[in-house]
Amino acid sequence: MIEETLIPKIGVVTDIRKDTPDVKTFRVVGTDGKKLFKHMPGQCAMVSIPGVGECMFSITSSPTNEEYMEFSIKKCGCVTEVIHALEVGAQITVRGPYGKNFPVEEDFKGKDLLFIAGGIGLAPLRSVINYVRHYRKNYGKVVIVYGARSKDDLVDIDEIQNEWVNEPNMEVYLTIDRPQEGWDGHVGFVPAYVKELGLDPNMTAVLCGPPIMIKFTLAGLLELGFEKSRVYTTLELRMKCGVGKCGRCNVGDKFVCKDGPVFRMTELDELPDEY
Amino acid sequence: MFKIAKERLNELYSKIAETFGLFIPIKKGGEVNYHVWGEGKEVSLETLKTVKSPKNAFFPQSENLMKFKTEGKNLEIIDVRWDKTEKPFVMFGVKACDYKAIEVLDKVFLADPVDTYYQSRREATTIVTLACSRPEESCFCNAFGIDATAPQGDVTTWLDGENLYWQANTQKGEALTAAVKELLTEGGEEKVEAQKASTKAIMEKLPFASLDLSRFKPENLNELFEDPAWESMSEACLGCGTCTFVCPTCQCFDIRDFKTNEGVIRYRCWDSCMYSDFTLMAHGNSRTTQMQRFRQRFMHKLVYYPSQNDGLYSCVGCGRCVNKCPQKLNIVKVIKTLGGKNND
Ligand SMILES: Cc1cc2nc3c(=O)[nH]c(=O)nc-3n(C[C@H](O)[C@H](O)[C@H](O)COP(=O)(O)OP(=O)(O)OC[C@H]3O[C@@H](n4cnc5c(N)ncnc54)[C@H](O)[C@@H]3O)c2cc1C
Ligand code: SF4
Ligand code: SF4
Ligand code: FES
Repeated sequence: MIEETLIPKIGVVTDIRKDTPDVKTFRVVGTDGKKLFKHMPGQCAMVSIPGVGECMFSITSSPTNEEYMEFSIKKCGCVTEVIHALEVGAQITVRGPYGKNFPVEEDFKGKDLLFIAGGIGLAPLRSVINYVRHYRKNYGKVVIVYGARSKDDLVDIDEIQNEWVNEPNMEVYLTIDRPQEGWDGHVGFVPAYVKELGLDPNMTAVLCGPPIMIKFTLAGLLELGFEKSRVYTTLELRMKCGVGKCGRCNVGDKFVCKDGPVFRMTELDELPDEY
Repeated sequence: MFKIAKERLNELYSKIAETFGLFIPIKKGGEVNYHVWGEGKEVSLETLKTVKSPKNAFFPQSENLMKFKTEGKNLEIIDVRWDKTEKPFVMFGVKACDYKAIEVLDKVFLADPVDTYYQSRREATTIVTLACSRPEESCFCNAFGIDATAPQGDVTTWLDGENLYWQANTQKGEALTAAVKELLTEGGEEKVEAQKASTKAIMEKLPFASLDLSRFKPENLNELFEDPAWESMSEACLGCGTCTFVCPTCQCFDIRDFKTNEGVIRYRCWDSCMYSDFTLMAHGNSRTTQMQRFRQRFMHKLVYYPSQNDGLYSCVGCGRCVNKCPQKLNIVKVIKTLGGKNND
């Protein structure tokens, strides 16, 4: 039988973690108990509940994890609602991996890396960060700035507080939008925090989050002296096929599913402003 | 080159239909479309613009992709691709523009990863093209360098008052020729040359004969995108999607699930970038105005697709959108407004 990318594989949900009031992380393996397929950080997969619909999600687990895949999914509509109602043992479908990954083996190698995430934007970054941690000696200093609406909206806070903060040569800065009981960390929006931190503009930066956060954070980075050619982000457009055929996710002459979702800021500058 | 007398075409169709499914322009309920040939059907080879383009044969308006069955917690995926063992088929009478359109679609569906649904039909098909001898006012294939008098395809045919002339171009074409050999006789070169010359003379006088596409180049992408003329050009657009459905190169599709008593069917169907929910997402929409959607359709045909495919335009000048838009909007107007200076 000839392989067809639109025909998914069956995945079994083996663990569900409630990260925030509206984000859950789902651990998925194949029916044989093994990982469904290999991927690289930043790549995505189409997850579906037959009869409900198919949606694109970043594979948030690291490629170095050889046992399973994880998706951090925010509840925001019909499909994600049903996914959130799943229980361990449920079967879903998964196809992928789709898209271009972060250049972890090329441009990122040997560099100091700055990761800036807002909200669910941590999902694609978690994969890169854990990849970098796994091959720690291949990369320089790592700085992570992560913000969310409140402390309850920080995705994967356990891993961040128990593992990331203890990692050598890695700094983690967390912030929430408004003061909150039980939070003694930084308060304020991500773009302002980034400027306050006075970061080294020679780092290679990766931004993921809501469009508004990206816009203001990028402006801040440029003020600090960062170069656009060393700033990366991911785009999110409506997708159906994932392979550049259904005609849905283009920005100018690029298909986000195939030519993205990872883009260098200088590449985005060349595209029409329609995302 | 071979020929067969016009009166004997039914014998030819009948012979082909012995071994192939034969799709040919047939008049039905006042419309001409590609249908399976059968004795007594009203064939209309001369119709240049079938309402639905031949793309429907390879990329049908709607097709099932797979089925799902659930038993308790267990999910099963049923591959429906080889449900029906399709016999090889022949598309007969494809015009030059529509043939080019199939090449345009090939670059999308046969690119890695290959779309196996499209591929299986494409491989099972022998395409017999027919040269145009009476191009219509809405035709502008020549603007895209398409020669309507000598289309490509597995077999090229020409039709005049007396005969159908036949020339095989590929292995598939040779095989089809062999299957109908007993009906063909040699000759016809001069008649074909004469027809080519007279058709070219008509083409030169067509109203859109001298469209200038020179500004539609990838390097002008942003400049064209920003052109203020999109606003006025798109003002009347209803977003009905007619232009996309009749277009032989429009490729956009949707994937949807449908619950039946025997499980879930996942199917795909044509979709249109002219629709407001085409790009709608949970957190917003990248194209909120009809102007943006209108711009997307024409930028894709004239700039984005060529940029991805070595300069090949994804409009073939068939003129269907020119005839069918209820608001008289079309790609010719776009080309005249934004194209090179020679359109004035
Ligand atoms: C490359 C990429 C990576 C993504 N990664 C993540 C992630 O890691 N975690 C996460 O929570 N979300 C992610 N998303 C967004 C996620 O796909 C949408 O939130 C989800 O599709 C919403 O579906 P819904 O049916 O619940 O919402 P509804 O609003 O009910 O959706 C209706 C339809 O719109 C489509 N749709 C809605 N929003 C989007 C969107 N943003 N992108 C694409 N299609 C959409 C759905 O396919 C669905 O068919 C990603 C999107 C893309 C394109
Ligand atoms: S855009 Fe119009 S003229 Fe061009 S191929 Fe499509 S329907 Fe034909
Ligand atoms: S251009 Fe014409 S045919 Fe196309 S969507 Fe607009 S009104 Fe309909
Ligand atoms: S999702 Fe189909 S083209 Fe990108």
